[in-house]
Amino acid sequence: MTLAFIASMPGPTPSPLTAASMIAAVVLCSTAGEVLTAAAMKSIGDLDDIRAHSGMKGAIRAVITSPLFFAGVSFLALAFFSLLFALNHLNLSLVAPASASLTLVTNAIAGKVFLRENVDRRRWTAAVLVCIGVYLLAH
Amino acid sequence: MKPLPAISLAHPAELVISLVGAVFTPWVAAGIALLIGFFASYLTALSWADLTFVLPATAFGNVIVALLSRYWLHEPISLARWAGIVLITVGVGFVAQGPSRTESPAELEAVREVIAK
Repeated sequence: MTLAFIASMPGPTPSPLTAASMIAAVVLCSTAGEVLTAAAMKSIGDLDDIRAHSGMKGAIRAVITSPLFFAGVSFLALAFFSLLFALNHLNLSLVAPASASLTLVTNAIAGKVFLRENVDRRRWTAAVLVCIGVYLLAH
Repeated sequence: MKPLPAISLAHPAELVISLVGAVFTPWVAAGIALLIGFFASYLTALSWADLTFVLPATAFGNVIVALLSRYWLHEPISLARWAGIVLITVGVGFVAQGPSRTESPAELEAVREVIAK
C-alpha cells in the first residue's frame, strides 16, 4: 500500500538505461544484504542451539553483536530505500516483479560464489522456476 | 493504512507526526509485529540452512498471499498468475527435496565416521 502510494507520485518517465540502473541498484543492494546476513547467521551458528544454551536473550545478543549482521541489515535498508526511489520514477508493475525475480537468480549466483553453497542442478531449477513464477504473480 | 488521512510531503513536520501516529494504529502495529516475527524466523532458518535453500522456500509466501486474496478478499486471479502460483509451488518442491545445507568437509568426515561405527 505504501509502495503503491509512492508509485502514484508523478514524475517524468526516465530512459530505459536509467530505469535499468535503478532496478540494478535495488537488486545489487538486496543481494549484498542477503549474502551478508546469511554469512552472519552461518558464523553465529544454529540459533536453536544458542537459545537452548543461553536463552532467548543470549540468542538476541549473539545476533545483534555481530558486525556482519549489521552490514547485512544496512544493505537491506539501502535496498529498501533504492526500491522506494525507483518506485518514485517507475511503475510498480515494472519494478516489483523485475526486482523480486532477478534477486532470486543473483542470490543463487552469489550464494555459490561467496558463501560456497552447493548450488546443484536441483537448486538452479528451483531458482529459475520461482523467478519466473514471482514475475508472473507480481506482474 | 487506508482509513488514515492522506499523507502529504508538503509539510515535513506534519509528515513526521502522521507517520509516527500511523505506527500506533492497531493494524499497522500488528503488521510491524508480524514483520518482526518474520525476520526472527528468517534469521533462525538462515542459521541452520543455506541461503539458496531459504530464499526460494520463503517465496512460497507469494502463493499464500495470492490464494488469500482470491478466497478471502475475492480478488480475481488471471491465468498468468495461476501459472505463477504453479511454477513457485513446483520450484519450492524441487528445493525442498534436496539437502537444506552444504556440509563442510569436516562435517562430512564426522558423518562418515558415525556411519562407519
